[in-house]
Amino acid sequence: MSARTLILAFETSCDETSVAVVENGTKILSNIVATQIESHQRFGGVVPEVASRHHIEWITRCTDQALTEAKVTYHDIAAVAVTYGPGLVGSLLIGVTAAKTIAWAHHLPLVPVNHMTGHLYAARYVGEFMYPQMALLVSGGHTELVYMPQEHQFEIIGETRDDAAGEAYDKIGRVLGVNYPAGKTIDEWAAQGHDTFKFPRAMEKEANYDFSFSGLKSAFINTVHNADQRGEKLNKYDLAASFQQSVVDVLAEKTMRALDRYPVKQLILAGGVAANHGLRSRLDHDMHKYHPDVNMLQAPLKLCGDNAAMIGAAGYMCYQQGDRAGMDLNAEPGLMYDRMQN
Amino acid sequence: MKVLAIDTSNQPMSVALVEDEQLMATTTLNMVRNHSIFLMPTIDKLFQLVQWQAADIDRVVVAQGPGSYTGVRIAVTTAKVLADTENLPLVGISSLAVLARNVVPTSDDLIVPFFDARRGNVFAGAYQWDQGQLVNKIADQHVAMNDLLGQLANVDHQVLLVGHLTDRIKKKMTGNLPNNVHLMPRPFGIPSTYQLALAGEYAEPTNDIDDFVPHYLRITEAEANWQKLHPGETKGSYVREV
Repeated sequence: MSARTLILAFETSCDETSVAVVENGTKILSNIVATQIESHQRFGGVVPEVASRHHIEWITRCTDQALTEAKVTYHDIAAVAVTYGPGLVGSLLIGVTAAKTIAWAHHLPLVPVNHMTGHLYAARYVGEFMYPQMALLVSGGHTELVYMPQEHQFEIIGETRDDAAGEAYDKIGRVLGVNYPAGKTIDEWAAQGHDTFKFPRAMEKEANYDFSFSGLKSAFINTVHNADQRGEKLNKYDLAASFQQSVVDVLAEKTMRALDRYPVKQLILAGGVAANHGLRSRLDHDMHKYHPDVNMLQAPLKLCGDNAAMIGAAGYMCYQQGDRAGMDLNAEPGLMYDRMQN
Repeated sequence: MKVLAIDTSNQPMSVALVEDEQLMATTTLNMVRNHSIFLMPTIDKLFQLVQWQAADIDRVVVAQGPGSYTGVRIAVTTAKVLADTENLPLVGISSLAVLARNVVPTSDDLIVPFFDARRGNVFAGAYQWDQGQLVNKIADQHVAMNDLLGQLANVDHQVLLVGHLTDRIKKKMTGNLPNNVHLMPRPFGIPSTYQLALAGEYAEPTNDIDDFVPHYLRITEAEANWQKLHPGETKGSYVREV
């Protein structure tokens, strides 16, 4: 018999129902993702109660399909891993409840996984992790710089003080008539325009690693509204390019500064916004220029959004580290890493 | 037949293990707490006490709603995932019918179980015992308490209200209970999963566990508003695999 360790992983923190089977934390045997985007597009954003209802409709389908596609049975599984936070409580509860039930029925260890650790471990499918390590995690709900002196140790050194980067994309998308999730379209438009509006770069020069995107969002919205009042139509490609340039400038500069202060062997880029081409190429450029000795792993495009394969990779690490949850595991919508004093 | 019965539709959480119509073990909690924390440990504890394994049970019976959306989902998720993973028959029973069963089958009084659904509304249905069978007379519905009482005043039967008449509902009531309507004492308003198991033992199991979802009796506010603005545009499924 091969010494393979299979993790059955669940992810239901927001609007994707996902179940995966992952081998040794590095090989995806299956990764079933049922997305609800089309449903929430009716409302211009995720409606929590609607999301919870969709999760319960899909949870057993996704589970059965993940096992079938991986060509395994419960007997082959070593542990069940599940996202227990952060996220929408009603959504998280479906995955947590399902994972607990399966772990209990099949006498399997239950491994609780932080959703953000999951995003980080999407990059594990690209290459080996090296420590100390820094991660820029950017998504619809989070924007943070996380320092990892060693495996399984996470400390926030900087985070957003208001909107997450992905949230800002969705909000300005609404002004441009782009439905949620707006990131992909804005990214495409940005590639066809120029930074002509020179929106503010919030906190860019401040001596910390925190972010703020609400000022940029307001400046953007005001610019568009003022033009509307004058009956003037602004170039949407230039608007997108200007917005994106401001976001990318701040993310990249703060990351470079964090790497100056905390010498690491590797930088990880992950989270939904890590799929942004502007951000990816900017970090490629800046790392080559300022930190050529630091290795960089960018989460694969296909695994930037929420999925259970990333939870399986993180869950494997947590399983090896001995993390276990009891049958009283609950959803923790506000789950966070500790913040490092700096 | 070994039956596991679960109800987390409202504030009470109840689990029972029943074998050949005999209650083996049951636990009911009635704390304002998250059912997510207590349900699986309770199930685990009861299975240990009666020395059953998950694979030993012959069917899972769950209170399918109406009730608290999140509450109902905890029991329904547990039940459907367990039935799916162990290949067991799954039976859903109205959470209101579970309460109705607390009233003994000795009269043809109309039994009206109800749950507070906020803003002066209740989830309620009407049931009647007929030759030992509990028969649904008015379908479970989401209704204003005042409208429900108006309807019941015109019924030519004595009516037994089963549930907890919260201060929140009382405040919204414009009059007293009609003369033919009687509120049952509080113990009748606590669901018994022993009753649930018995009701589910002979009921027809669902033929598609994947499609098994709670009976919310209400679409979400967001969807209701959307449908008003987009009549006739609702699609069958909004979720797809990618």
